[in-house]
Parts: sequence; C-alpha cells; structure tokens
Amino acid sequence: MARKPRPGKEATRTKGFLRAHKWLILRRLSQFGILGLFLLGPLAGIWVVKGNLAYSETLEVLPLTDPHVLLQAVLAGVVPHLDALIGVAIVVVVYMIIGGRVFCSWVCPVNLVTDLACCTRRALDIRSSTLISRNSRYWMLGLTLVLPLVTGSIVWELVNPVSMMFRGIVFGLGMAWVILLGIFLFDIFVSKEGWCGRVCPVGAFYSLLGSKSLVRVVAEDRDKCDDCMDCFEVCPEEQVIRPALKGADKGIGPVILSSNCTNCGRCIDVCAEDVFHFGSRFANEKSIAAETKERPFVDAA
Amino acid sequence: MAGSGKGKGRGVNRRQFVGNLLRTACGVGLMGMGLGMYSRQASSLPAMAIRPPGALPEEEFLGACIRCGLCVRDCPYDILKLGQLGDEVVAGTPYFTARTGPCEMCEDIPCIPACPTNALDHELTDINESRMGLAVVVDQETCIAFLGLRCEVCFNVCPIRGDAITLDYQHNTRSGKHALFIPVVHSDACTGCGLCEKACILDEAAIKVFPTHLAKGELGKHYRIGWEEKEKSGKSLVTPDAEHQYNLPEGVRYDLQGKGLIIESEEDKSELPVSSNPLDVLNRGFGEQ
Repeated sequence: MARKPRPGKEATRTKGFLRAHKWLILRRLSQFGILGLFLLGPLAGIWVVKGNLAYSETLEVLPLTDPHVLLQAVLAGVVPHLDALIGVAIVVVVYMIIGGRVFCSWVCPVNLVTDLACCTRRALDIRSSTLISRNSRYWMLGLTLVLPLVTGSIVWELVNPVSMMFRGIVFGLGMAWVILLGIFLFDIFVSKEGWCGRVCPVGAFYSLLGSKSLVRVVAEDRDKCDDCMDCFEVCPEEQVIRPALKGADKGIGPVILSSNCTNCGRCIDVCAEDVFHFGSRFANEKSIAAETKERPFVDAA
Repeated sequence: MAGSGKGKGRGVNRRQFVGNLLRTACGVGLMGMGLGMYSRQASSLPAMAIRPPGALPEEEFLGACIRCGLCVRDCPYDILKLGQLGDEVVAGTPYFTARTGPCEMCEDIPCIPACPTNALDHELTDINESRMGLAVVVDQETCIAFLGLRCEVCFNVCPIRGDAITLDYQHNTRSGKHALFIPVVHSDACTGCGLCEKACILDEAAIKVFPTHLAKGELGKHYRIGWEEKEKSGKSLVTPDAEHQYNLPEGVRYDLQGKGLIIESEEDKSELPVSSNPLDVLNRGFGEQ
C-alpha cells in the first residue's frame, strides 16, 4: 500500500519550513519554557516561579491555581485561601479568553508524550485503534469529581499523569515514568489519540472551561481548500474541523467552535493553501455578513 | 426515532447508543473502583514519614493538600520532600524523615503560610504548639541510658528541653551504687520535630518519632481517674476517705514516707526508752542499789 506523504510536506515546500512549523515551534517553546521557568529555581537558584501546575507563585506575587485540582479539594471539604482563589480566578479568566484546551497543547507536559506517540504511530504506520468514545473523558471528569465527594480525598491526584509528570520533572519523578510510558504505549498501540483525545479528565475540564472562549481557529479561506486532508491528519481532535471547513453549504460559519479544539495551530501550519488562521469566535457573524453582502454582488456579476 | 437515529444523521441506532454508553460507563466505573481502592490502600502514612507542622489529620490532609510543593520550597532547611510514585507516601504530598532531616522548628513556620489550601493549618502560629508526631523511646535494651551510661543527647538537643523530654533518675541495680538517667518523653510538650531521633548516637535510633496515632495510647472514653475527679469536686466521689487505723503498740506509729515504723519517743531524744549508749544499759540498776 502506498503511503501518503507526511502531512505538511506540501506546506513546507510552498511556505518554507519556518512558516509551516511556526505554531508547532511556538508551542514547543511554550511547553519547554514553562517547564524551564519552574526548573530555574531548583536547578539554578533563580526563583521566578515556585510550585507546580497545581499551584504556583510567580515572583512571589502572582498566584496561579489549577481549577480542576482545587475543585476536587473543595469537593473533599477544603476552604481554600484567598491566594488560591485569586489564582483560580486568573487562570479561569485567561483560559476562557484564549481557549480552555490551550492548556493541553501549550502547557501540559503529557502533550509531549502523546505527540511523540502520535509521531511514532505515523512512522510505524499503525492504523488499528480500539474504539474508545471521545466522550469517555467527560465520564472520567465526573469520576474525578465524585471520588473526592465519596472518599474525602483527592483521589485523582494519586495517579493524574498530568500533574505527576510536571511535578515529577520539577520535584523528582519516582516511578511516575511508568504511567507516562503506559500512556505512550496506549496511544501507539491501543487507541489513536487515546489519552488526550478520549480519556484525560483534565482536558475535559479545560474543554468545558473554554466552551465559550474567544480565541478560535477560523477556516477563513475555506473555499481554497484542496482536500489534501493534511489538517485532518495532524489534528488531535479531527472531528472539530469538518463543520467549519466543510460546512459552507449547510450555512455553518468557518469558526471552529468545538471546545475540544486545543488551539494548537497545527492545521494552520500544515495547510499549504493557508485556509486557517487564528481569529475570534465572532468571526462567524462577520463572515456570514460578508457572504450575504458578497452574494448580490456575485449574483450581479 | 424508532432506533434509526437518522434524525441526527450520525448513523448510530439506539441499540448502539445504549451499548456505547454502557461500555463507557462500565469502563469508567471500573476505573473509579480501582482508584477508590488504591486510594484507601495508599492513604496509610508509613511510620517514618512525618508531615510538616500544622498538617491536618491524615485523612483530611489528603483531601486538602493539592500537591503544589510550595511548603517544600519555603522550608529554609530543605527537609521537606514530596512523595513520589512508588514511595510509601502518597505521591505529591510533603513529608520529612526525622532521622535524616528533622524539622528545625522555625519560629515563623514559613511552610505554613506557603500552603494555599489550609492543609497546613494557618491557625498554628506557635511552633511549640505543633504536633507533627510524637517521640518514643522505642528500645530500652539498646538506649545506653538504660545501660547505665551517661548520654542524655536526646534530652539536650530537644528544643523544648526539660518539658518534652525529662530525665528520670533511677537506681542502677546492676552496679548497686550508680544512677540511671532515663529519658522520658511527655506528649503534652513534644512537637515531634525529630531532632532527638536525628541526634540519637546509636546506629539505629532508640528514640524515634512516629505519627501521633501510632505512638499514643488512649484511655477508654468511660475511664475516670479517681484522684483527678476527687480534686475537681473537692471530695471523694465514692465513699468518704476513712483514716486508716493501724493496730500498733502505744508510742509507735506507721508512716511510709517517714520510712515505716516510727517509735514516737525516739523523736523526743530526751526520753529514749533505751539509751543509744550501751554503757547505760550495762550500768542500769547500779544507781538504784
């Protein structure tokens, strides 16, 4: 069977390597940069940020709290301190603007593992995948919130690979690499995009958080789409693209509105035709208005 | 509807929908059961791990600590560690090991204000009031104080010296003429900082700090200590105290603290029934003749 060329090859040819990897490079810089900031203290004694993703203090003034873990603690019966609440407010507001699952693709360290798994899967040309519903993650999210209610303990944090990996890198990994290896193998051999796209309750939480977020990927020039399928190939949540990219006939706007879009921007990178851009969720109204304005013009022509 | 599901155009009929739903629910449910059981098993704190000052009781602590590690960062002596997966301590939660790095009992307790969730109780402002654990002299066979040697290291390094650990002087029955200086821990003052365990000169410490629930006994709830109740109420609660009567010869009484039988006339040196001078006894009777 003839293998499809690597997605993005055409874009690299027409746009150049940098433009065809712009968002990917920025994303890696963000992921490693955040880890680096946290590591600067323990490794170099420069304390810009203290703590980890659960709660951190930047320059001794800016608190940032993971809303998912704090919610679990509150359900377990905790009354958090003001710092923690301010931290939650900041984080929630930011993700409600830039997109909840921006956490997944720009911050979360497990994304490095699952992206690597995805790469490996593509390299080994593994097509088979156990069908796990993409909705499973919301069940998992429910579970993480019910368990502290029942047990009075933050049970999910016993095994949460997201916090465990980040904390592990900053404070010492222990046996957590076993869980990460497990996710890596799970994503390669068991289920495509299995962890981030189907199971992870942290991602599910952030997707709900960002369900009305402002910043969105917009298939602005969808009429230029040449059906090369590269965006579907690289997208970790491919189901989110279709309505925006192919919905013109059905009157669906070009904004990718699904809250499971992680705003990773990889579709923007790999599109040789530059169909996608970052924009706002309100671009739909604009574009529909533009289309209705254009139409009489087109008709007249 | 009728099971076709065409209305939504997703090509999933009701049977499939319910099947998928059940599969997901079962999978997640099983995972939840596993997690719940794992959490019960994992939440027992090992005896060598001591929580930082102000830590809530273990069960509440595990619901309150969000594993951020700020207490670890703000400990000026770097004694706190976060549990790692595979350790016996719940992953991500802070603890210290007394033998290798005891709590130095900072007066400002910087680890506590660092905690964003009150897992370390912000009400605690006096480090001497903290109860991280309790020191116990676990082995009287190797503690050299019990062997009759002068050590008292644990007594001397104790930050609440003289209150948390006192020295109990006992007779050395082996030598017959020396004293034993026995260290005794008092739970009303011991904070469980672990400085004594760190300082113990043995290869394996004879005094160790344990989480309080492991170290401390507890009287039955119904138990009342008679003399305390008596003091509280000002009189005996059961029967009035009757003075004990000894049937002793005249001029003799019994007092344990006064070392037993006391011949009253002895106290009055001028009126001894028998003189301490043996010549008086030998010469008795001569004067009368």
